[in-house]
Amino acid sequence: MAKFEKANSVGEWLDQRLNTTALTKVLMTEYWIPKDINFLWAMGVLLAVTFKILVISGLFLMMYYKPDVNLAFDSVNYTIMQEVAYGWLFRHMHGVAASVVFLIIYIHMFTGIYYGSYKQGREMIWISGMLLFMTFSAAGFSGYMLPWGQMSYWAAMVITNLFGGVPVIGDALVVWIRGDFNVADATLTRFFMLHVFLLPIVIMGIIGLHFYTLRIPHVNNQKGEEIDYDAEAEKYLTGNKKEAKVIPFWPVFISKDFAILGIFLIFYFYLVFFHYNFAMDPVNFDPADNMVTPAHIYPEWYFLWSYEVLRGFFFDVGPVKAFDIGLAAFGFANVIFLLLPWLDRDTKILPAHKRPMFFIWFWVLMADLIVLTIWGKLPPTGTNAWIGFAAAMLFIILFLVLPIVTKIDAKKRGE
Amino acid sequence: MSNETNRRDFLGYTFAAVAAVGGAASLVGMKQVWDPLPSVLAGGFTTVELSGLKAGEPQTFMWRGKPIFVLKKTTDMEDNSRDLLIGDDRFTVAIGLCTHLGCIPAWKKNMWKCACHGGEFNPSAEQVFGPPPRPLDLPPFSVKGTSIVLGEEGPEYKKIAAAMMA
Repeated sequence: MAKFEKANSVGEWLDQRLNTTALTKVLMTEYWIPKDINFLWAMGVLLAVTFKILVISGLFLMMYYKPDVNLAFDSVNYTIMQEVAYGWLFRHMHGVAASVVFLIIYIHMFTGIYYGSYKQGREMIWISGMLLFMTFSAAGFSGYMLPWGQMSYWAAMVITNLFGGVPVIGDALVVWIRGDFNVADATLTRFFMLHVFLLPIVIMGIIGLHFYTLRIPHVNNQKGEEIDYDAEAEKYLTGNKKEAKVIPFWPVFISKDFAILGIFLIFYFYLVFFHYNFAMDPVNFDPADNMVTPAHIYPEWYFLWSYEVLRGFFFDVGPVKAFDIGLAAFGFANVIFLLLPWLDRDTKILPAHKRPMFFIWFWVLMADLIVLTIWGKLPPTGTNAWIGFAAAMLFIILFLVLPIVTKIDAKKRGE
Repeated sequence: MSNETNRRDFLGYTFAAVAAVGGAASLVGMKQVWDPLPSVLAGGFTTVELSGLKAGEPQTFMWRGKPIFVLKKTTDMEDNSRDLLIGDDRFTVAIGLCTHLGCIPAWKKNMWKCACHGGEFNPSAEQVFGPPPRPLDLPPFSVKGTSIVLGEEGPEYKKIAAAMMA
């Protein structure tokens, strides 16, 4: 055993046993952040806080929620909303945070795309981030089911049916996932397990991985400048703080994050107290009924773009069924972002406004995603069907031309 | 085993073998936990009386938690190989879940229209518009006089199912 001497303080006692001084340096006071980053880089901290809000509000909801098809609806809409003191608050905090977390994820993701933060050395940051997006999507969907309203039921019906598109075993797979011939009690209880235990644990694990992936390539900056972190950190530590291009995460950089977090939390609680309805679809206040489909069903706003890609293909092409084309396009939309580091053929890390063709590509993608999101909520008939088809096609084409677009930019710069 | 294999390697290989058997066995168990329960599988028979149906007005029945459409066809609705003939009456029997993603289409005048993704099915349950890849599915049934028992595969069902495959 190592040699221990009498400690003069609690801090020293802990330091001898847990090496807390070195740990704080690595994690906080000597974790270096470039000076040249703007408010968009605060989204990571906002996400960490929003996830904590989700976990804590979820714990309080779980104490009264009953995962049983006969009890679930009332346990949410009567017990939690009417009887439990501040039950309404925890429900609205949970519901609003579930929606807002996707808004921040999208801003975080598109900031990364705009500044090229997924490239050359930062691939693992990007991949772990996309894995987080996928597990958050699964957690969002499994949680949406739990109040057992009409939208919950039919969302579960449609999403589980998607697995019917798997060749050969599709139909059996759907029954296996549901644990019944249709969406029923067995489905509710297993999705409850996924939502309150398995998926949160997986998310926490990937968050750890996501933080770790940042440590070696370090965080990107507004100009995409390559920084010699050892040299810059040395400057800072020797007192030349003005010329050093880096600052420590704690307590210097985090103060900016806290300022932005403050604004975000005001916005978030404004929604919780005054506009919680946007996250509560009226249809979901009807109890689930397996014999009546609501006139028009649609997912929450954050899934609308990929939902529209799925249903954008409404006609058969030769022997290929519209259903299979839609499903393939949906699969494409959900994995293509993962491959972004390899689709971008530009040899340099530069922000989009320094890459003329990519700049256009980026904003066309933004516009297309907005169109897909809006049309995802409209009934898929007449002209709407064709607009949806065009937007879905454009989405696919954008990713097919990305290698060419980025190559042209690099060539124009003479590389 | 060669001469270079020592006792630690042997322990490693032995543990790997035990772990592989145990791992495979647990996967089988985990898979089966998610299978439908016996009580779910057993609750599968529903009798539907067809004599009271009005031509041109489909009725919806419930079988295994799923809606079943039964339509007595009017004389001007065209014949189809999946028609169920009982006496002089022609019936369409179908699982009332859109073959696209499983919403329940609603009967509008002379066809089933699915509100979710715009699929349409004619009175013979064939898809005529939109994303559905195939006609509405045929539930297994057997004929007893003027009623049908859903969940049993009778000769009439086998004939229609064969006609649909062709």
